[in-house]
Amino acid sequence: MSDHEYHPKSRLGKWFNDRLPLLTLANHLSDYPTPKNLNYWWTFGGILTFCLITQIVTGVILGMHYVAHADLAFDSVEHIMRDVNYGWLIRYVHANGASMFFLAVYIHIFRALYYGSYKSPREMIWILGMIIYFLMMMAAFMGYVLPWGQMSFWGATVITNLFSAIPFVGESITNWLWGGYAVDNPTLTRFFSLHYLIPFLILGLVVLHIWALHIPGNNNPIGIDIKKPSKDTVPFHPYIVIKDMFALLIFLIIFAFFVFYAPNILGHSDNYIEANPLVTPAHIVPEWYLLPFYAILRSVPDKLFGVIAMFLSIFVLVILPWLDTSKVRSALFRPLYKQFYWFLIADVLILGYMGAMPAEGIYLLIARVATIYYFAHFLIILPILGKKEKTLDVPLNLTEPVLGGSQNTSMAKEVSTFKRN
Amino acid sequence: MKKLILILSVFILLISFNIQETKAAEDNEELLKTDWSFKSFFGTYDRASLQRGYQIYTEVCASCHSMKYLSYRNLYEKGGPEFSEEQAKAIASNFEVEDGPNNDGEMFTRPGKLSDKFVQPYANEQEAKALNGGAYPPDMSVLIKARKGGANYIYSVLLGYEEPPSGVILDDGVYYNKFMYGKKIKMPQPLSDDLVEYSDGTKATSEQMAKDVVTFMMWAAEPHLEQRHKTGFRVIIYLIILTILVYFSMKKIWSRIETKV
Repeated sequence: MSDHEYHPKSRLGKWFNDRLPLLTLANHLSDYPTPKNLNYWWTFGGILTFCLITQIVTGVILGMHYVAHADLAFDSVEHIMRDVNYGWLIRYVHANGASMFFLAVYIHIFRALYYGSYKSPREMIWILGMIIYFLMMMAAFMGYVLPWGQMSFWGATVITNLFSAIPFVGESITNWLWGGYAVDNPTLTRFFSLHYLIPFLILGLVVLHIWALHIPGNNNPIGIDIKKPSKDTVPFHPYIVIKDMFALLIFLIIFAFFVFYAPNILGHSDNYIEANPLVTPAHIVPEWYLLPFYAILRSVPDKLFGVIAMFLSIFVLVILPWLDTSKVRSALFRPLYKQFYWFLIADVLILGYMGAMPAEGIYLLIARVATIYYFAHFLIILPILGKKEKTLDVPLNLTEPVLGGSQNTSMAKEVSTFKRN
Repeated sequence: MKKLILILSVFILLISFNIQETKAAEDNEELLKTDWSFKSFFGTYDRASLQRGYQIYTEVCASCHSMKYLSYRNLYEKGGPEFSEEQAKAIASNFEVEDGPNNDGEMFTRPGKLSDKFVQPYANEQEAKALNGGAYPPDMSVLIKARKGGANYIYSVLLGYEEPPSGVILDDGVYYNKFMYGKKIKMPQPLSDDLVEYSDGTKATSEQMAKDVVTFMMWAAEPHLEQRHKTGFRVIIYLIILTILVYFSMKKIWSRIETKV
């Protein structure tokens, strides 16, 4: 947090600010000292904020034209696509926006994993982030149900059926979730209601996420604590704002490519068939961003334990700050962790691929190995690695790696090896 | 910049990953392809082909397949077959539409108007099934988007009828089609050479008719495709210019401190 008091210049400003310190807040946000060596992986926070707002704005407009009724939902989506002015654009932005949102959030999460952003004193930021991520998955899942296509219906059936695995009360809970004895109109209307609610919960949590961030300040590629403000920091505005904007624009070009030239490539063709409870699709697959969890769920032979494993796979992320025992944050100075980090990425990609394949034969076997490795990474490798790994020397401040006008991370390594010699 | 290239490559990886996924799940039979006018960045619909496709739809498909999301007004709207408004009115008035109730509480029929939806061949799904040996002829409005392989797939199915290989025994009313899921289809071969007579003199080969009707179905599924392609091009050009401007502003701003961006 910036230390100096902010005094508005005008008398009106002072009057207003004494009663509601919005100007102080704006000044804090604009002056917020940010490490000057942040790379482009750090721009995804801003991109994600943009994604959330886009989803809310397009979603509110879609909600004006959409009809949440089992007999009318599919027709109303086609109505939006055909007869609402620019309805096709709004819907394609919303549908592809969900995918872009997850693409960005995965990059954001894996950036945190690489640079150790979840470690003390940033545990709360990380936990809030994980709650946001979990809510995002819920919102995305429920949103996918709303068009009431075949994948909507059967996806909802598969996921809600998971709760029936709970001993004794499972069936009652499932019926309670459905509002009946199968996925039907009551399920659709409550999903619509919740799909409208959750983004605003996310918005609130994002405010907390940023608030929690502004207490210790940003982590940085070198992963060291830096004095703020100092020669190692720049004010958020204009330095970070313009950089975030540049990255956002690149992101938007990719986004626009999907919306305008491949709007259905990330969806499933079966979702253009109206929901039919009497016809089960050959393969029921969730959207791509949920596939790794789907693979974990299916790789456990028992339904109840499969569900538990799926929830645990997110829970291990929540407690990650205490599983990773290493004092060094950035993977740049952790040669072994860096290897395991890339193994984890490969592992998650493999899980995603297996989630899209039928759960049988070699696919199932690979999915099982990948699931075991996923948990081993967090529960075995990270705690041991933190104690055993010989880390490289970490520079004391940014000016060392930044010397010579380069924030190139290879410089950081050179500097640290130099120091060791 | 190096990092940016990394971001882009990760992204491309993700996409190719996803495409492979869909490919792997497809049937192993290679789909037939043709030169669709609506593919590519500047793809538009071939008007003549759309008009011929509409002819095939009304003369061949419409006796069994509905297109419930289309209205007669769509036939003259921009980006579609673009019949003249008079032509579209004439087409609509050829159909009998049930309307009502009138002031006496009776339902009545009247000639179709532009605002009417395409008249459906069957009163309900049950009737459709009863008259088609238990198979339901799917609504064709979004069928292209509802099948893996899209336009190529429907095109292939239309042309994929063959004599069953020896050893394959088909029930009555079931036909062999190598592109169909399970290679069996209940729709009899719909197209044969010179089935219809095109008013514009185009030779009505099976391939030509299949291409025309699939183009028509593609438009039915994506009526705003032309506008989408056009808007998309402008949006992306705009974004690229803005990105370049912002890039140089960023360079300028960051040059105040010695760090490179």
